[in-house]
Amino acid sequence: MTTTAPAIELKGISKAFGPVQANKDISIRVMPGTIHGIIGENGAGKSTLMSILYGFYKADAGEIFIGGKKTEIPDSQAAIAAGIGMVFQHFKLVQNFTVLENVILGAEDGGLLKPSLAKARGVLKHLAEEYELNVDPDALVEDLSVGHQQRVEILKALYREADILILDEPTGVLTPAEADHLFRILEGLRAEGKTIILITHKLREIMDITDTVSVMRRGEMTATVKTSETSPEELAELMVGRKVLLRVDKVAATPGAPVLEVENLRHTDSSGVERLKSISLNVRAGEILGIAGVSGNGQSELLEVLGGYRDATGTVRVNSQNIDLTGRYSDGQSRRARGIAHVPEDRQHEGLIMPYTAWENTVFGYHRDPSWQKGLLMDNAAIKAEAAAKMERFDVRPPNPNLAARNFSGGNQQKVVLAREIERNPEVLLIGQPTRGVDIGAIEFIHQQIVALRDSGKAILLVSVELDEIMSLSDRIAVMFDGQIMGERLPSETDQTELGLLMAGVTEMPARASTGQSNGAEAQT
Amino acid sequence: MDRMPAWADAVLVPLISIILAAFLSALVILAIGENPIEAFKLMVEGALMKSSGWGYTLYYATNFMFTGLAVAVAFHARMFNIGGEGQAMIGGLGVALVCLYIPFPHWALALIAATLGAAVFGAAWAYIPAILQAKRGSHIVITTIMFNFIAAAVLNYVLVNMLRPKGAMEPATAGFPEATHLPTFFDMFGSPENPLFRSAPANVTFFIAVAACIAVWVLIWRTRLGYEIRAFGHSETAAKYAGISPTRIIVITMLISGGLAGLMALNTTMGEAERLVLNAPEGAGFIGIAVALMGRSHPFGVFLAALLFGFLYQGGAELAFWANIPRELVTVIQALVILFTGALDNMVRMPLERLFLALRKDS
Repeated sequence: MTTTAPAIELKGISKAFGPVQANKDISIRVMPGTIHGIIGENGAGKSTLMSILYGFYKADAGEIFIGGKKTEIPDSQAAIAAGIGMVFQHFKLVQNFTVLENVILGAEDGGLLKPSLAKARGVLKHLAEEYELNVDPDALVEDLSVGHQQRVEILKALYREADILILDEPTGVLTPAEADHLFRILEGLRAEGKTIILITHKLREIMDITDTVSVMRRGEMTATVKTSETSPEELAELMVGRKVLLRVDKVAATPGAPVLEVENLRHTDSSGVERLKSISLNVRAGEILGIAGVSGNGQSELLEVLGGYRDATGTVRVNSQNIDLTGRYSDGQSRRARGIAHVPEDRQHEGLIMPYTAWENTVFGYHRDPSWQKGLLMDNAAIKAEAAAKMERFDVRPPNPNLAARNFSGGNQQKVVLAREIERNPEVLLIGQPTRGVDIGAIEFIHQQIVALRDSGKAILLVSVELDEIMSLSDRIAVMFDGQIMGERLPSETDQTELGLLMAGVTEMPARASTGQSNGAEAQT
Repeated sequence: MDRMPAWADAVLVPLISIILAAFLSALVILAIGENPIEAFKLMVEGALMKSSGWGYTLYYATNFMFTGLAVAVAFHARMFNIGGEGQAMIGGLGVALVCLYIPFPHWALALIAATLGAAVFGAAWAYIPAILQAKRGSHIVITTIMFNFIAAAVLNYVLVNMLRPKGAMEPATAGFPEATHLPTFFDMFGSPENPLFRSAPANVTFFIAVAACIAVWVLIWRTRLGYEIRAFGHSETAAKYAGISPTRIIVITMLISGGLAGLMALNTTMGEAERLVLNAPEGAGFIGIAVALMGRSHPFGVFLAALLFGFLYQGGAELAFWANIPRELVTVIQALVILFTGALDNMVRMPLERLFLALRKDS
């Protein structure tokens, strides 16, 4: 290995945004034909580093060597010319173009499209055979599944003859099966001598597929190690800077009577698509029911219907009392009055008002509570005092109630939402994607709070696309696919393979392959 | 972390905008062969150096405070109420009906009733676009613009066919009775020996405008309704999550906004003209947009911006009167200020923000 030049070498890269040092003296060598993982918490500087490599930002200091040659990358054109391809977390595809049109976009050979399209068709056919990258070249992108759209992004990079492929959180939107397929593609690319940089926060992916891994923390590269010589625990510790409990520490549930009962719940959205097709489930006191599923299969709609901001038909009962699903009392305020608290999936657009201060956010949704009123005015002093106490109890950092919500990190924003909802002592807690975009240290705390609420006898409905989170937190698991519940399983009696099939809509199980991926539940975040 | 300090945002940006506008105006005045420094002196002298000048400046500022607040309140719910002009016209109708048909023993009672009349009529005129937006999704910008034209037509019809005194040649009501005449600043602060504010139209309505600024501040930042209005303005999805009804917020906010715009008629119709004429707002409804933009939708900012525009209006009138500068050019100067403070806000803001970030990095 020492005789060949590294595919990428970064030397002393630094980048500051105002007072924030996003990257501090980062050096890294990636050898050709390897998969190199970069792992770190949100805000550790992974994306900044990759943006520098792809020409979006200019580093304040440092040098970039591609294939042993010092290279300036002032913009993404230069990055492409240097053989770097990037697959973004949020795809950059034109929805109403065909796959072929998307692939040649920006790489057309001349004024007329026809020759380029013909050439691209040939290249795509060849790539499909070589790397299992099968996509119908004439399909419209908007008709493709998320996994296929991602393949188009990879094809775009390969069409531009990229030797180095950077993937930013590629599995966030994929089913386990799609993720496996992606990894097979990546292995094929590696075998062909391509170099791959995988940015992720999932420790298991790092362990499964990478050859070497670099850990980033607070803008610094804390370690680069051979994957075969490390462990998830060690990586987690390097990321956070202290020992982290990766397993959720909880005792067996002692469920009581059903608190939340849902029968035959149906919802059709404004474009006429039936999003919920006769959902029935119940959650008992002191129990966490986890809803697993690939995002977009009705879980969001289920939460929004139960949370009171989508109309639906069917029956929902809380402690045997019917809930109004369509009428005058079907709104968030009435649901809160009935003891339903809701930590929404999207804290930035639903759970919080980002320009509002933390103290204003700690009463959001409960702001009509008479105890926050003083005559005609809101009792801002009382709200502030209570907010400071809440932030203290939920370890929100910095503990400054006057700071706007947008100035907190994802994990601390989530703690503000959790503090608000949990401290109302609700009968039912709806919680969606509790740890999306949340750093490992905060994940541990958030999971503890959810389990503590369960242990105090509350009913919890958990929706998450992170299968590991579902498996480790839930006392029962229901799998949703295409607006239906495909089945319920106990975490102890199922594994990721079976759940993955259910998530893909397959109910007839092939002979159970019990080659345990089930241990993944433990070593995960 | 990625923004500049609040004081720079609130003070520096508008200040630089004004200086840029003034500079460009100076060039325009130079281009027609006049001396810009002389012109500026004339404006300041005419608007600020004598009490009657102040009387006019504050009179205009009163109008702009009401319409500026109207736009600002709607902005907080992320709605663009361009209908201030029409709402003020219809508010004038409310004032006229109250003043003409109810016999008042004292101006104070008349003022209270007329305030209600103006607010209710202005709010009613805003209600229709509001309900169309809330229930049907008809865009508030389009509907409020249309309602300006409808208001003008309605007022024309009512004045010509219903309220015009028999035999009168112009579309206006009869003069309001003596008991409804509001005290002017001259009545309040001047005397025959001391001609403070003599013959200037500023009147007691100015204090209502200042009170309205304070009331709007309390509403937006101290009440539950204001909390909900701002929440809705920042994020409609979050408002729905919290159980805040978008329909309710849109309608209530527009009612308040229309009511504030309607209050402007107190100043023009009851305080100055003492009868209702066609086109009483004279474009103040539109100036309100610039005032709200420049004041960053904050009542105190609106107050200051209204004073500035009052100065521009009065100073501009003086300029047209005393200098060899045509009336149209005064409009150009006013338009430049609106352009720079309102429409081109980001042109100043962006470079300034970069400058601040660069300075911070160096230190």
